[in-house]
Amino acid sequence: MNLPLYKFGAFGDEASLVVAFVIGIGFGWFLERAGFGNARKLMAQFYLTDMAVFKVMFSAVVTALLGVTYLAWAGWLDLSLVYYVPTYWITAILGGLLMGVGFVIGGYCPGTSVASMATGRIDGLVYVAGFAAGTLGFVLGYPLFKELLAMGDLGVLTLPEVAGVRWGIVVFGVVLLAIGGFAGATWVEKWMAARAEPGASAE
Amino acid sequence: MASTTHDVSPPAGAAHERTHEPRPYANPYLAGIGLGLVLLAAFVFMGRGLGASGAFNSTIAWLVSLVAPGYAASNEFLARYLDVPGHPLKAWLVFEVLGVFTGALLSGVLAHRMSRTVEKGPGASVALRLGLAFLGGFLMAFGAALGRGCTSGQALTGGAILNAGSWIFMTCFFGGAYGAAWFVRRQWR
Repeated sequence: MNLPLYKFGAFGDEASLVVAFVIGIGFGWFLERAGFGNARKLMAQFYLTDMAVFKVMFSAVVTALLGVTYLAWAGWLDLSLVYYVPTYWITAILGGLLMGVGFVIGGYCPGTSVASMATGRIDGLVYVAGFAAGTLGFVLGYPLFKELLAMGDLGVLTLPEVAGVRWGIVVFGVVLLAIGGFAGATWVEKWMAARAEPGASAE
Repeated sequence: MASTTHDVSPPAGAAHERTHEPRPYANPYLAGIGLGLVLLAAFVFMGRGLGASGAFNSTIAWLVSLVAPGYAASNEFLARYLDVPGHPLKAWLVFEVLGVFTGALLSGVLAHRMSRTVEKGPGASVALRLGLAFLGGFLMAFGAALGRGCTSGQALTGGAILNAGSWIFMTCFFGGAYGAAWFVRRQWR
């Protein structure tokens, strides 16, 4: 098998847009199924009452990571043809922090806001308007950010390269981190539920 | 009483408007595995992951190019999104995000979770919530532009292919959110 299919010319640009739409349907479906079209569900993560954001995100990361690792190991997927956003460590820190702060203020991230808007949430629609306005703001201010954007350029960089260990070791580490995180998250949820309602069973 | 504060199921008010109760949300691990398989499909078919903020960039680039074509072409940030064959909106992420809308709509309709409401904590006013929704979106646009992607394009996608920058981004994302949560607690609790 020659994967990724698109990179091996299995289909062209026009067909790739159809693939985009179908994959997007799957993405939106599971976001909504998880409850991520609802800001209260998302925000419960940060008040420790429902850790679904962590659970869903890390289940997804582990699933895709194991799939990619297996397909590459079997020789079917050429991982060097998969696009990596280059690592710029300074803007990764700043952008991540700003996104995190914005998340608890706005209640959504760009993807979940679309799911929220699609299911009728007015706050999701307003968030989308805010994100569009912010994008325009960034565009207009681009000359101010140009230098900052170029700082801390480390090129395409993977965790195994940073740690100087084999890919499989990091995969194992991520799986352990996820399993430990899931257990910890569930424990925290139960503890918060017990604290909120003494005597009530932790749901 | 606290149970209503922490209740994150769809709003009870919506249930009275229709014959079907909103169904409970999916098990997070199952939803996550499903999401992971969709992400894996993106890698397998396209050699790229999921995204969302890029679609906003394409849309803004197209709108600015309509209003001020000269300026749009001269702006390096926009030029990247205008330099696509055909129309600026014929971009992979634009079609993917149209899919996200469609998929979420399908899921919401089938689970009776469609509701024209404002999601907020019981103590927050609608005006406060909508103001902060706009502000949060505005800030996150800067975060996504600086971070070269959002929760989908950086955290989820890069996380699954062990991209170093994505793991830095993801760690700071959770750090920033936990750090700021206390200050906006009245919006949610």
